[in-house]
Amino acid sequence: MKLAGWGRMPEAECRVITPGRASEIAGALPEDGTLIARGMGRSYGDSALNPGAVIDMRRLNRMLSFDAASGQLVAEAGVVLADIIDVFLPRGFFPPVTPGTKFVTLGGMIAADVHGKNHHQVGSLGNFIDWIELIGANNQLIRCSRDENAALFHHSIGGMGLTGVIIRAALRLQRVESGWIRQKTIAYEGLAALLEGLAAFEDHPYSVAWVDCLARGGAIGRSLLYLGEHAAVDELPARHQAAPFHVPRRKRLSVPCSLPSFTLNRYSVRLFNNLIYAMGKRAAAKGSELVDYDRYFYPLDRIHHWNRIYGRKGLMQFQTVLPPDQAAGGLHALLQATAEAGQGSFLSVLKKFGPQESAFSFPMAGYTLTLDFPVNKGTMALVDKLTEIAISHGGRFYLAKDARLSAAALAASDERAAAFAAFRRAQKLEARFSSLQSERLGL
Amino acid sequence: MTGKSVLILGASSDISIALAHKYSAEGYDLLLAARDPDALSDEAADLRTRHGGNVQLLTFDVLDYEGHGDFIAQLSPLPDVVISVIGLMTEQASGEQNPAEARAMMESNFVGPALFLGQIAEAFKQRGHGVIIGISSVAGDRGRRSNYLYGSSKAGFTSFLSGLRAACFAAGVSVITVLPGFVNARMSGYRAKPKLLVASPEAVAEAVYKAQVKKRDVIYVLSIWRYIMLVIKGIPEWLFKRLSF
Repeated sequence: MKLAGWGRMPEAECRVITPGRASEIAGALPEDGTLIARGMGRSYGDSALNPGAVIDMRRLNRMLSFDAASGQLVAEAGVVLADIIDVFLPRGFFPPVTPGTKFVTLGGMIAADVHGKNHHQVGSLGNFIDWIELIGANNQLIRCSRDENAALFHHSIGGMGLTGVIIRAALRLQRVESGWIRQKTIAYEGLAALLEGLAAFEDHPYSVAWVDCLARGGAIGRSLLYLGEHAAVDELPARHQAAPFHVPRRKRLSVPCSLPSFTLNRYSVRLFNNLIYAMGKRAAAKGSELVDYDRYFYPLDRIHHWNRIYGRKGLMQFQTVLPPDQAAGGLHALLQATAEAGQGSFLSVLKKFGPQESAFSFPMAGYTLTLDFPVNKGTMALVDKLTEIAISHGGRFYLAKDARLSAAALAASDERAAAFAAFRRAQKLEARFSSLQSERLGL
Repeated sequence: MTGKSVLILGASSDISIALAHKYSAEGYDLLLAARDPDALSDEAADLRTRHGGNVQLLTFDVLDYEGHGDFIAQLSPLPDVVISVIGLMTEQASGEQNPAEARAMMESNFVGPALFLGQIAEAFKQRGHGVIIGISSVAGDRGRRSNYLYGSSKAGFTSFLSGLRAACFAAGVSVITVLPGFVNARMSGYRAKPKLLVASPEAVAEAVYKAQVKKRDVIYVLSIWRYIMLVIKGIPEWLFKRLSF
């Protein structure tokens, strides 16, 4: 079966195995050769591709128990975040950390150790995982946690599925009072002001900035900072107070087919960016507003197949995190290079990370910038250039977004890569679990 | 248990699990009956965790005809709704060569479910209400060269449900026949095609619940199957016998 990541590039013909129950999974796995688990296919590049065997985990989607006192949900790895929200928001619980889409599996979120708009306060998802059960190299089921098989636990969080097939996990949800977010928008004319703003508003639980990546000169870093916090019941308008977890269902839109590759060009994206900025300034003038969780966290989920907007050749994501002391110069250089290339990136996002210690997870203290580009003849060169800039400013890269990094660039950006690969060799994991990405990166 | 309850027979199938979710979400207590209920413990946990309702697992073998009476006697109280999702489909060619296999299919699809639902109907009639839902098949609408062993067993079941409906009508017990068409489930190896003709187990569950609410008698899950089967039934026999599909 031909598979690709969300960026639709690269594609690979993969043998797909779809176990139906946890009890049958060990028997369903191929006896030899390497394999990789796959959830909703929302990593952008080749993290979940392996021509030899891809284990489609989506049928392992049972929620096994929930303890309202601790908020701990035990579930199979194929459970989708959207279902977790549907089931538990009405009971007053919300994911403690959420990526920008709810169409991801629990196993996928753990493997990528996803972060959200609240990373600066609570860190990544791994902080809320109490234990994991995975199928290891010898087809045996292993439970690991901070106290039990701790090294395996720490390498599995953010381990991109390369330490085993995650079968079940325990995730602690957070209590919320409503399904609404109090959002405040602040407009900034440039990068320096934005970075100050990100630091000044750190007390807000959620914070993320949209950046106009085509702005040039003094306008580099022209941006909108979106701050948010879960609204309390008494902050809601009277009509919502009786049912604080009920939010209006939005109509789903869909992109029916790939749009022509010229759809996103510097002119259309500039027009789009000017529009977004103008609307953001108006919102900023209003002060704070209430938006439902779906609009706040998952604006793109509303548009099915939004990746098709980027055309047939697909899209490429670039996400780096730069340490605080090098962020200002590095971000300026990255945005300048993007604007000069005139490459349309209309989902450019900047966010401040808090401190994080981890075996191989992406986040660390600093500033993370996400850019995306339609794939065309200039894209690869631009991404390579951005990679170089990031490395020279102490940056590292988010493997869930990556389709392009070289083994040498990974090694140069992240000294933990060698240690991670060594762990895989020592535990005999490398002969059993691999993806096109892990091969490309020499993991 | 309080409130409404539904008994689902053949509860390990994908359609059954989808039905269990639908009925549980609608507030029903679940009685899930299967040959190996232990294999359903994760499903039961999932149903309880998601919907917060009661789930009971029961051991039931539809081919153990003598056991039907005892099984029904232990149901206290009697459920409000009984859904038979029991079905067995094996290769036509293999069944032609192997009468034991053909018999297993005929008994699983027709004899067992019909005998059981017949007894449930008696109990429902005595009580004065109840809904009996049988998942049959469009394959029962006409016996075809390529799967008439399966088709004829489902034809028997469809026919039985039709008569049972008439027998129960005056007593306030309703009988619904469900004809799913192709379903993307384990029985078809999750590879059912073409898309236009294939329903998901969830779509079957939605259609079943809707049919119950709307008090329908016979439903095709995808209405396109009504027309397909109309055409298939309309082909004259002299031509039909020359077709191999």
